[in-house]
Amino acid sequence: LFQYCLSGHPTLPCNVLKFKSTTIMLDCGLDMTSTLNFLPLPLVQSPRLSKLPGLVLKDGSTFLDKELKECSGHVFVDSVPEFCLPETELLDLSTVDVILISNYHCMMALPYITEYTGFTGTVYATEPTVQIGRLLMEELVNSIERVPKAQSASTWKNKEVQRLLPAPLKDAVEVSMWKKCYSMPEVNAALSKIQLVGYSQKIELFGAVQVTPLSSGYALGSSNWIIQSHYEKVSYVSGSSLLTTHPQPMDQASLKNSDVLILTGLTQIPTANPDGMVGEFCSNLAMTVRNGGNVLVPCYPSGVIYDLLECLYQYIDSAGLSNVPFYFISPVANSSLEFSQIFAEWLCHNKQTKVYLPEPPFPHAELIQTNKLKHYPSIHGDFSNDFKQPCVVFTGHPSLRFGDVVHFMELWGKSSLNTVIFTEPDFSYLDALAPYQPLAMKCVYCPIDTRLNFIQVSKLLKEVQPLHVVCPEQYTQPPPSQSHRTDLMIDCQPPPMSYRRAEVLTLPYKRRYEKIEIMPELADSLVPLEIKPGISLATVSAVLHTKDNKHVLQLPPKPAQPPSSKKRKRVSDDVPECKPPKPLLSGSIPVEQFVQTLEKHGFSDVKVEDTAKGHIVLLQEAETLIQIEEDSTHIICDNDEPLRVKLRDLVLKFLQKF
Amino acid sequence: MSRECAMLLPRVCAALADPRQPGSDDTCLEKMLDWFRELAAGEPTVKLLQDNPCLTEFFTSMLALPEPNPSVLAFTLRLAGTIAALEGCFQHLQQQKLLARLFGEDGPLNSIVWEDASVRSGWVEGVQSMLQHQPALHFMCNGGGLDVIFTLQGDPSLFVASAASRLLVHMLTLSVGPEMTVPLNAKDCSWPPCAQMIIKHIEDSLQSSSASHIKQSLKLLTILFGSCQAPWTKVLWLGIAKQVEFFLTEDSVQAQHMLADLLLNMARSPVFHDAEGNFWASVTSALEHLTPVQAGPLAVGILRLRQCPQDVRIQALTVLLQPMDCILRAASQPLEYAGLLDESVSDPSAVESLLSSKSSCANLLCQTLAHLEELLSVTCLPVDLPYASLLHSVLTILQFCNGLLIPASPLGSKISQILIGCFRVQRSALDALAALSDRKCCDTVIGSLFDILLAYLESPNTSPTVLKKSFQATSKWLAHLPGMSFFKNQGQTEKTLQDVFLVLQKRLCSPCWEVRDSSLEFLTNLIECLRDQDEFRQSLLSSEVPKLTENLLEDPESYVRASAVTAMGHLAFVTYFFAPESPVTGNQYNKENTMAKLQEILSTDPEGFPRRAVMSIFTMWLEESCTGQLEETEQFVSRVIQTAEHDLDWEVKLGCLELVQVFCIHMFCQFGLPECPYAPVSPAVSSSNHQDEPLRTFCRTNLFSFLFRSLCDCDKPVGQKACDILLALKSHFCRSSVIDSQGSGDLSAEHSIPWLQRTLRQGSLAQNFPTDGGNGVDFQDPESMMLALRTIDLEELHDALNKCSDHVEKSPQSLLEDILATVATTEENEADCY
Repeated sequence: LFQYCLSGHPTLPCNVLKFKSTTIMLDCGLDMTSTLNFLPLPLVQSPRLSKLPGLVLKDGSTFLDKELKECSGHVFVDSVPEFCLPETELLDLSTVDVILISNYHCMMALPYITEYTGFTGTVYATEPTVQIGRLLMEELVNSIERVPKAQSASTWKNKEVQRLLPAPLKDAVEVSMWKKCYSMPEVNAALSKIQLVGYSQKIELFGAVQVTPLSSGYALGSSNWIIQSHYEKVSYVSGSSLLTTHPQPMDQASLKNSDVLILTGLTQIPTANPDGMVGEFCSNLAMTVRNGGNVLVPCYPSGVIYDLLECLYQYIDSAGLSNVPFYFISPVANSSLEFSQIFAEWLCHNKQTKVYLPEPPFPHAELIQTNKLKHYPSIHGDFSNDFKQPCVVFTGHPSLRFGDVVHFMELWGKSSLNTVIFTEPDFSYLDALAPYQPLAMKCVYCPIDTRLNFIQVSKLLKEVQPLHVVCPEQYTQPPPSQSHRTDLMIDCQPPPMSYRRAEVLTLPYKRRYEKIEIMPELADSLVPLEIKPGISLATVSAVLHTKDNKHVLQLPPKPAQPPSSKKRKRVSDDVPECKPPKPLLSGSIPVEQFVQTLEKHGFSDVKVEDTAKGHIVLLQEAETLIQIEEDSTHIICDNDEPLRVKLRDLVLKFLQKF
Repeated sequence: MSRECAMLLPRVCAALADPRQPGSDDTCLEKMLDWFRELAAGEPTVKLLQDNPCLTEFFTSMLALPEPNPSVLAFTLRLAGTIAALEGCFQHLQQQKLLARLFGEDGPLNSIVWEDASVRSGWVEGVQSMLQHQPALHFMCNGGGLDVIFTLQGDPSLFVASAASRLLVHMLTLSVGPEMTVPLNAKDCSWPPCAQMIIKHIEDSLQSSSASHIKQSLKLLTILFGSCQAPWTKVLWLGIAKQVEFFLTEDSVQAQHMLADLLLNMARSPVFHDAEGNFWASVTSALEHLTPVQAGPLAVGILRLRQCPQDVRIQALTVLLQPMDCILRAASQPLEYAGLLDESVSDPSAVESLLSSKSSCANLLCQTLAHLEELLSVTCLPVDLPYASLLHSVLTILQFCNGLLIPASPLGSKISQILIGCFRVQRSALDALAALSDRKCCDTVIGSLFDILLAYLESPNTSPTVLKKSFQATSKWLAHLPGMSFFKNQGQTEKTLQDVFLVLQKRLCSPCWEVRDSSLEFLTNLIECLRDQDEFRQSLLSSEVPKLTENLLEDPESYVRASAVTAMGHLAFVTYFFAPESPVTGNQYNKENTMAKLQEILSTDPEGFPRRAVMSIFTMWLEESCTGQLEETEQFVSRVIQTAEHDLDWEVKLGCLELVQVFCIHMFCQFGLPECPYAPVSPAVSSSNHQDEPLRTFCRTNLFSFLFRSLCDCDKPVGQKACDILLALKSHFCRSSVIDSQGSGDLSAEHSIPWLQRTLRQGSLAQNFPTDGGNGVDFQDPESMMLALRTIDLEELHDALNKCSDHVEKSPQSLLEDILATVATTEENEADCY
């Protein structure tokens, strides 16, 4: 049982599991924090960004001024943003048999894996995961492709050059592997390799293992996976939530009795309680709007936004915000809002029951109907006609490097009346804001991460009691910024086994059994013999037939018949020659009785000597020795075959045959 | 006993003793017992039994039943006990040989009904009631009753067991009597026989190997020392002191928590106040040997005592401060902070291990903090608490709880891990912190105190209940700010206040209504305490808080609207009442706007809470003379009455009557009439103009119409309040215009005062009230009103209104009738069945 760890990001995992001759990739998350090193891609020409000075070194000389720009003391690469891929060199990814996806955030690197590595396997994911994952990819591709960048910077990646750059560029890892965004055809090709699955559906992989997705409670269609054979069970827990939000609740019971539990995707902000953060979000939003300011919420087009809209639906009337327009701008805004309403079977119980009323499960339908929430594919077109201030805008991308959000940052950044509220926990908000400095706009950080926190993990582990826990190394120590918070790490017995990027782990579990089937005809032919009370033995002579990782014992072929025709003898008909098996013997020889028997049969000069291991019976006249030991009996006589056969038959009388 | 009752009683007794009847309602039986107690107290002679032979018959027939109803049997026993408490009745019952059948061996205690706990409970209560005289005591002691009671101490029903212990204590004190002289030692003491038996039982139990017997005796002793402070209790103690001492050091019995209660009750008794008898040594030993959780209540109790040796007091304080000391030491580097204590009473590792265990840490801290809060609330504590260190320790706990503290020791890390996010400890610590605000503390920590409080107010992780407590602590500390040297640093104060208002601003916008509500309450508190401080007023007015508060007048949650009304009412003091220059606000917070808004809420808000809040704000404004000149005030009151008199919520009307009361006082003061009707009136102000003007004003404001309507309100408090006000007005006006009172007869017919009087008697004024003219009363005519005040018998009305609404139904006769009626109904129902 091996695990190849291809990603070091605990919430964007990519691991490969080698388990019983199968190679299974668990998630393929794409680390987008690399984009924070790049300048934003403005939708309309931004004089401010285009006038940024080049990098000036300490000695006053400019350096790579076409590729690197400086803004408020930070250096940015002026090029199309690039992403940090999972490790591709650790093992040959073309050997991966299947990829299991746990949620739509953890599949963003899929096109890189399926389209660039010679991957020929199958990807398994639930329907909402695929549909919403497609929306996220579509939005990503769209945001980057619609702002073509004339130049592409690569000189700075040269190791010699990178060494000279200021932090954080100097410390960026594996920049040579950073890749530009994939294209829509690649996305389509990747998604076409996905096979849809439902919760608790059992999928056989080559007969060797069975994989099953379970609801993980984190997002629409999000799953944990059980990977099991007849005697081993590995659970893969990735991005789970115990809070009551919109998705179906987490299935914990099925995780019980795991030999190994791989635990990833815990909350990124363990100190922030999501309820408190939603309150904070609402308060700050209301305060800004009441003072005549606009609110910008950089977000993904699916996920927490559904819950936020639901909270706002209940809050806006009480806060006197009924007349404030809410805009949701994304190329996939419409699809996202509509998809959320049709995946009823993947929703929590409350929302499911609404469907039978029939009512839309999410109240944002009503917000749209009453014109309080309006959605647009981009800032161009209808939006510019309808745009009224003060307003609240939800738009992507949370990194603030591409997408419509860049435009609003440029537009509203200069006024202290406006507020940007960060709700997505994936990016450091200070880093995200760096290329917009100096900024007059207020910034509020309300990260809402509903994934498991450490208290919940500790309860979960107590409940499901896995034999071994494997997790990213980040979870085995307190966060670096709060080294005294020993409560913010996984605490279990035995201590968890940790991994980091580019590491290969031998999982602490040894396989001990294999299941073999026996054909009924063969079973019929067996004659068990009770050798101890309750224990019977039978010899089996059979052919072990192994195909598709299934092992079957079949009747041995009949002894070869003499060929009926001399004319033809085909090689293919040649079955292995098979002699009837010799019977096995068991039992022990009582020496005294044996001697008596010998005497009865005319051996008169029998002598018995005791040895360390048994006895030696001497037939002096015949110059013959019979050595009787616990596990062997030898008859030693020189060239007297009839005598040997006679003695053998006498010995055999005392033993059982089967 | 009235004749009617005496006639009803035999039927009631017969009905109760009838086995075919289902058990009567328990409350009826309780009321009957109460009635008999009153009867026995009123006529403590045997006449009660002689006049009502049905009672004896009732007892006899109940005892004769093979399977009596347990609840009726229990009632019988209690009734018999109540009656036998009179010595004459006791003798009578004894002559009838009933007592032995009720409470002796021939009674229920040897029958199958004894298995029912209610019967055992009735028996114990009956005996307790009966034991008021020596013959009863002898009867119980000589008849083997004591053994039964000893057994009942271990009864499976906790009620019975506890009643049995109390009964034994009662018997012991009755047996010893008040006069017993105290010998020098226990051995010389000659106890009366009954007392001797009980004391022997106590001593034997304490020395037995049975933990339950030991616990029963300790319980008994605790009750005894708690209720009896006679000198002989000391002798009793001398006999058991050694054994108690043994239990303190030997924890095989697991009775430590009971020992703490016992010693505390003894410490409160003046008998043990002198140093003799080694009592205080036992207390010291207890403080030393009990766990901090067990010793906590004992320590607090001792610290509240006026009379107690100083060394014991200090030791008790040390026990209480130990966990707080441990917290300080866990949080700081060794030698950096000395902690609270020089030395500890018990092993400090015991406290440390309790604090480092998940299950006990929060418990110990919550208990300690609650005890400290209790001590801080005592005005003259006989011992000085180290306030500064305590404050430091409480703040440390709060920092542990929100993960702000970086602990320097392994113990600190463990505590921090346990306490982070622990709401219970947060709440207790905030309560203790609020209580500490009353004490003079060193100013140096004030800065960090507000930092910590602000962190709680600010953090989105703070739960609504913890937030409320944080608000309370903050307002208490802010209220004390002007007295501190911290306050003299204007920059610091300004910064603190600005931070507070910034966070308040955010909380006022919270989606959680409880948070908005407690934020408004906090604002109201702050204004009440600090409205005279310039710094406060400026910070408040330059923040968004006033505007947000005004917005919340339209909150969808009625509680929040009510709190917003109250806050706005108080805000008015800052914005214009006491701030003539009105520095920042411009004209958006003028008096008229606010008043109009509140008036609108009073007339239109669909919920009662906001309307009640408006009424109390208006009353408060009037009390503080903020409603403007006389004419303005008159119009104001008139408008309020006009709106409130049709309100369906009686509390709003009551609020309006309170406003009217304040208005009346206000008017009398304006015109020089004394507030108090019995105060001498100075001749200078008694000119007729001064007397008439208030009357005319009251008539103009339609005050009388409102008052007389309210007299007949269906909600009694409204009627009572209106009557009180009218009586006060009557005493004012009628005393000062005795001469004018002639000729009332002429007016009465014309203005239909008799009609008013009649209607008032019928209590139907509200329906029949004439709107205008006709036969009606002109409530705006001063003369008619004077006449009405004089003519109507307000005193009688007052008495009628003050009578309890069930005064008719409460009589014993009605009770007996009720019982009979229940029986009758069941009979009817029975008939229906066939």
